[in-house]
Amino acid sequence: MKTDLEAPAKEPLSSQDTAIALEGVSRSYRSRRGPVRALARVDLRVRAREALALVGPSGCGKSTLLEIVAGLQEPDEGTVSALGRRGARERLGVCAYMAQRDLLLPWRDALGNAALALEAQGVGRREARRRAAPLFERFGLARFERSLPAELSGGMRQRVAFLRTLLAGREVLLLDEPFAALDSITRGEMQEWLADALAAEERTAVLVTHDVEEAVYLADRVAVLSPRPGSVVAEIEVPLPRPRGRRREAMTDPDFARLVRRALEALER
Amino acid sequence: MRRYLLSALLLAAFVALWQLVASLPGVDDLTLASPAETARAIGRDRSLLASNMWVTLEEVLLGLAIAVALGAGSAILMHLFRPLREAAYPLLVASQAIPVVVLAPLFVLAFDYGIGPKLAIVALICFFPVTVNVLDGLRSVEPELLKLMRSLGASRLSTLVRVELPSALPFFFSGLRVAATVSVIGAVFGEWAGADKGLGRLVLLGNNQLQTARVYAGVVILTLIAVALFALVTLAERAAVPWRRGGTAG
Repeated sequence: MKTDLEAPAKEPLSSQDTAIALEGVSRSYRSRRGPVRALARVDLRVRAREALALVGPSGCGKSTLLEIVAGLQEPDEGTVSALGRRGARERLGVCAYMAQRDLLLPWRDALGNAALALEAQGVGRREARRRAAPLFERFGLARFERSLPAELSGGMRQRVAFLRTLLAGREVLLLDEPFAALDSITRGEMQEWLADALAAEERTAVLVTHDVEEAVYLADRVAVLSPRPGSVVAEIEVPLPRPRGRRREAMTDPDFARLVRRALEALER
Repeated sequence: MRRYLLSALLLAAFVALWQLVASLPGVDDLTLASPAETARAIGRDRSLLASNMWVTLEEVLLGLAIAVALGAGSAILMHLFRPLREAAYPLLVASQAIPVVVLAPLFVLAFDYGIGPKLAIVALICFFPVTVNVLDGLRSVEPELLKLMRSLGASRLSTLVRVELPSALPFFFSGLRVAATVSVIGAVFGEWAGADKGLGRLVLLGNNQLQTARVYAGVVILTLIAVALFALVTLAERAAVPWRRGGTAG
């Protein structure tokens, strides 16, 4: 009968498929002008294998929220769990985090940069490169394995950074405005690329963005954050099957347009 | 190319001026050896100069090697252990105020007459630029990159080896360039404090014996050693840090 006690008593179904849970998460940080409240009592759940987009105005604490989930920070108040792991160190072990900038090492070629994720976990250099190589083929980077970051375009560099994030082998992918630094044409291409990659990889993903269309195009659900201090003001389901085909065509869909409008209304409220 | 051409022109102008001043009626050979006399001295004394050059070169290279090993090593330790850095950094800066020229005779007393005191002096003056630059380089890594390594689950050592040390390489070479040029001065100081061979001693002896042309010849060779070391470090940097040559390759 001991096993029954260990099974979650409350809402057994929902906690089964909850990958990430935030309850009453608040976070302040000190600045020169005194304390700044970045997040105020954020409640949010991400289902397993779901792609959730977090949108909000600049400075609303989106990135702070993502770093808290990643285990790079702890909240001042509230609880966070990722796949049931509560401590920051434990969350680090199940989440892979990708920053806005590609952060590629200029002295390593593309393959070496992606392989860094494996080397960081103690895999030898040669073996790490061997294991990373098939992903280059799969994600449209074949023949760029030996290029140095300086020889790659912004979009290509971001792809390499994403492969590095995948190779970390974590169940949860946390993407912090991965395309914000790209020009709009490249960004469109990268959104389609990421949509396919996320569909192929079947992991839980949280994507921070300030681009509502990007959010609706890529995610199963969009959570809208208020201006600072950030808290979730709306959650919008996107009941369209993923991946959603060419971005330009998806955006002309009336359902798509309506969802974008709803998210924008929530943002402006 | 144009840059080197201008430098060469400037050097030629300097040598011409030197020759001109040396040929003035009031200036005798003991006060100032002309470039021509210096060149003749280099040719005449070439075996004497060469054998002494090897002695000085050995002191310079070994002293530099010691400075690099100790300097880079202590920079890494100071980087890894913050209390150590905070305690040692002010002392490191203060150590630069010690007049090495004055220390040299004391080193001869402590380490005896051989190569020991020369190495100690070269290492002492080269230690500082190497240490400070490597330390700056290790600390120059962007915080975001360290965050990335943390999220990838990298250990402290792994981050040091894969991110911080490569990032510090250009800084290390800047420090080494400075160290390479001052190392020759260090070796000369060391020899002046007490030596029976070496270019520094040859120059000192030549001065006492009023062999002005030989003194100038020794100085020219010492300068050439420093310039050659500087160039060598620059070449090594190009080979070791190719990504810093900037822009797209090929």
